[in-house]
Amino acid sequence: MTTTALSAISPEDAWMDYDEAMDLFDVVIGLEVHVELNTASKMFCSCPTDFGAEPNTQTCPVCLGLPGSLPVVNGKAVESAIRIGLALNCSISPHCRFARKNYFYPDMTKNFQTSQYDEPICFDGEVEVEADGERFTIPVERAHMEEDAGKSLHVGGATGRIQGAEYSLMDYNRAGVPLVEIVTKPVLGTGAKAPQVARAYVAFLRDMMRALGVSDVRMEQGSLRCDANVSLMPKGSTTLGTRTETKNVNSLRSIERALRYEISRQAGILAAGGRVKQETRHWHEDGGRTSSGRSKEQAEDYRYFPEPDLVPVAPDPAWVERLRETIPESPVARVARLTEAWGFTELEMRDVIGADALDLIEATVEAGCSPQAARKWWMGELARRANAADLPLAEAGMTPAQVAELQGLVEAGTLNDKLARQVIDGVIAGEGDPAQVVAHRGLAVVSDTGALQAAVERAIAANPGAVASIKAGRQAAAGAIIGAVMKEMRGQADAATVRELVLAAVG
Amino acid sequence: MSEPIFASAADLARDLAAGTLSSEEATRACLERIESSDGDVHAFLHVRADEALSDARAIDQRRASGEALGPLAGVPIAVKDAFCTTGSPTTCGSRMLEGWVPPYDATVVRRLKEAGLVILGKTNMDEFAMGSSTENSAFGPTRNPWDLTRIPGGSGGGSAACLAAFEAPLAVGSDTGGSIRQPASVTGTVGVKPTYGGVSRYGLVAMASSLDQPGPCARTVLDAALLHAVMAGHDPSDSTSIDAPVPDVVAAARAGDVAGMRIGVVTELSGEGYAPGVEQRFQEAVAALAAAGAEIVEVSCPHFSLALPAYYLIMPSEVSSNLARFDAMRYGLRVGDDGSHSAEQVMRLSRGAGFGAEVKRRVILGTYALSSGYYDAYYGSAQKARTLIIEDFDRAFATVDVLVSPSTPTTAFPLGERTNDPMAMYQADLCTIPSNMAGNSSASFPAGLAPEDGLPVGFQVMAPPLCDDRLYRVGAALERVLTERWGAPLLDALAGRDRLSEGGRA
Amino acid sequence: MPLTPNDVARLADLARIELSDEELAGLTGQLDLILESVQVVASSVPPETTPTSHALSLTNVFRPDEVRPSLPVEDVLAMAPAVEDDRFRVPRILEEAA
Repeated sequence: MTTTALSAISPEDAWMDYDEAMDLFDVVIGLEVHVELNTASKMFCSCPTDFGAEPNTQTCPVCLGLPGSLPVVNGKAVESAIRIGLALNCSISPHCRFARKNYFYPDMTKNFQTSQYDEPICFDGEVEVEADGERFTIPVERAHMEEDAGKSLHVGGATGRIQGAEYSLMDYNRAGVPLVEIVTKPVLGTGAKAPQVARAYVAFLRDMMRALGVSDVRMEQGSLRCDANVSLMPKGSTTLGTRTETKNVNSLRSIERALRYEISRQAGILAAGGRVKQETRHWHEDGGRTSSGRSKEQAEDYRYFPEPDLVPVAPDPAWVERLRETIPESPVARVARLTEAWGFTELEMRDVIGADALDLIEATVEAGCSPQAARKWWMGELARRANAADLPLAEAGMTPAQVAELQGLVEAGTLNDKLARQVIDGVIAGEGDPAQVVAHRGLAVVSDTGALQAAVERAIAANPGAVASIKAGRQAAAGAIIGAVMKEMRGQADAATVRELVLAAVG
Repeated sequence: MSEPIFASAADLARDLAAGTLSSEEATRACLERIESSDGDVHAFLHVRADEALSDARAIDQRRASGEALGPLAGVPIAVKDAFCTTGSPTTCGSRMLEGWVPPYDATVVRRLKEAGLVILGKTNMDEFAMGSSTENSAFGPTRNPWDLTRIPGGSGGGSAACLAAFEAPLAVGSDTGGSIRQPASVTGTVGVKPTYGGVSRYGLVAMASSLDQPGPCARTVLDAALLHAVMAGHDPSDSTSIDAPVPDVVAAARAGDVAGMRIGVVTELSGEGYAPGVEQRFQEAVAALAAAGAEIVEVSCPHFSLALPAYYLIMPSEVSSNLARFDAMRYGLRVGDDGSHSAEQVMRLSRGAGFGAEVKRRVILGTYALSSGYYDAYYGSAQKARTLIIEDFDRAFATVDVLVSPSTPTTAFPLGERTNDPMAMYQADLCTIPSNMAGNSSASFPAGLAPEDGLPVGFQVMAPPLCDDRLYRVGAALERVLTERWGAPLLDALAGRDRLSEGGRA
Repeated sequence: MPLTPNDVARLADLARIELSDEELAGLTGQLDLILESVQVVASSVPPETTPTSHALSLTNVFRPDEVRPSLPVEDVLAMAPAVEDDRFRVPRILEEAA
């Protein structure tokens, strides 16, 4: 292979349709996710961590890296890091240290980042995620503690970007905010679903961090940030290809898009006989593309060494066990448990998850409703109305408790399905709980047999043809009489009861 | 001595408490002495004359109003320029920090203030505490009051020289490889490096974090103990601060009793390279302690020979990282910000202009020792050498209460003699470095003048971690015996001189 | 293997220190001497020795997650070489962060 003409291949030229790329290459992805913890104070000092404060108002000698200042570890941040590790099924290191990662950059006040290097607090975990109906295991290499950097504002350039700026303005409010960096091992075998798997993994992290209560996980505010590595290898090969690291991928949707883009771009280069450059790339949400950033061909020499200003962290095993008890169930395990408990088919369950109805159904069941009925209401009547109003299901207008109450009224015979739909109208219109709507609108099924009997007799008298048919053995003809009765009762009768009365009277 | 400048801190404290002396008088006396002699000595980089007098008057008022004050309240003190002080520049002897006034006080400084000590000013030092002669100060060297053509030791030459010049009765220093003890040794004063973690490092501009330790400097053993008691104790702002009671150093200094103590003489810290006068005075001091009832044994510490080379791997590594923050972005010298240079270039130009030769040498050496491919051979193996040195100490302290050696192989050498020979300069810390590597406590006490040059010799005592009181017990015993022998404290020879001069013998 | 001026230039680059040619030449020789004298460490320490990074045996020194007042912004910026809009003004940055 010669490389003479290859520099001429621009990303635009070298492009391969995604499906075609999938026929030729295996994808290896790796994800580095930074989670900003929601502690009240910073990682190594007592400054607040509030988002959006006036510039440099949340700084002190420690986070400004002033000469002589020293760090002291925030115990809550260590606890959060351990809980994150446990939620990712990691081992918790019995003894680990902080390390200094040395590099110069104006957003780093000490020109080293206090991080962890060869002794992360959490290591060797795995999580299961589901993408497009298929389960994947994501191996987690490590989760370690570190600190955030300051923010720079680039002035004088065309677009506030770093390129072309005349100077920059630094705000160190974010400097020292605690981060946990979660790094996967190379993820293989996801095939064409790699971008979806990546998305599902980050969605899992977001949900899990929220459930743990350790982070606000607001991707738009940067409290959950994702760098996505991807490399391709020809089908059948076992040698990992050159990878690129795409930064700034800060929404679930862009993770999927950025990976699809990178895969097509790299496939195009490789298919044209080119060589993928090891580099950092930046995702541009607007253009839907990545662009070349800093070249990583010459590996940075970070000169890591154990942080001498801090002492080792050696979590007491009893503490770790107590923390383990606070870890919420993983989404995949929960789905498996609920599928079994509710007796749903996998297909039904997938629809439920797709409609974001899992939490709602669970709450409805907890309020006393049967799982099947809860599913019927949420996936049927309420889903229809939410769709029509273009609202999330949870905002369709009924609470799980109200749905359970409605079903209770149906099962008690107070409501039939048609009346129940009118009750839903009433609840959504703000007329109160189902029982209040029933009372207010006078919707209860009529169970006064005297009134019903009279209506039945009037309908029989008015439909002699139907009566003759029934007498000739064609019971289906009773429908016309039942319909007339229901019409007269304005639907507030139980159809089964009416049918019995009609057959008995003609009988 | 009746003049306040010649009095010990303990005597000043007694007179202050008795009301026969005011803090203002004591402070003014020091300031006048600084005025008259610091032009020669150059122990101070910054004198806060007006503020010191006003602080002294405030203490006098508090005392007059009947307020209960600490034992050293009203006593003047000098502080090494490596400690952050609000309202006064903190330069670390570097162009890089010229004019920098910190927005916070070091914990040690805060404790001095809370104890009512009156800070006279900031003392000269080798740039960022890197050196053994104070010649690496960007603001000119300090001179040894015993002989103005000689070095006062370093890095804390200013703190030691201001004591020997009777400009202050007390001073604060910091010791990374001997920066308190070696200057004490060559100026005939007392200098103590407490157990690592015994005194807070918060606000001490870091040189090598795992080795730095603040400590007291004084003219007498009791004075050092009194200051030690003020400085020491747990500080939640320093993660490496020990949360344990401070040993009763003052009681130990008052007792000065070595009867029954086992004292180990370190075999390896003698012989070739040690000046004859140094060895002679050291042997005499050992004999004096034996006469006072101590049992003397020889102890071998075979790995002490690795201390100096391992130190020159660990210290520069930490230096390279600790000094990275001086990048001209947030404070300190900025060079080349004329619109034509990028941030990276301005960092480079500023550090090139702001750092002196020794600092550059150590930063680059440390960058090398930590760089990938060399870490294991350099930093990694130095950390292992550290383990071996600690094991040497542990074995020794299993059989003896303290170890002793000369504080430094020679007396004060002439200014300029070693400035172009870093390797010779580094030898000055040969005896002091093992205790920094192991973290145990260690001190230098005056042992007399070397016969060949009439310059002070220091006697080093090393005690196990958290047994700092033993240093004072031995130091006070030695001080008592030798003072009796000499008929007066060693420094009285200097106090009697009309004027500090060049040339050795009094 | 002795250091070359190129090696020292690369290290100075990593350490962000501008050096003159004379400084570079002088440092190369001095660093070589120092490195020669510290070789004894690597050659005489048994490889199986446990490294010591702290002379102390402390672990788990934590601070409660409590907010304390930050510095007043005037104090934060007082010593800055250049300030604009309560931010530190720094020369243009060429590269994205690592």
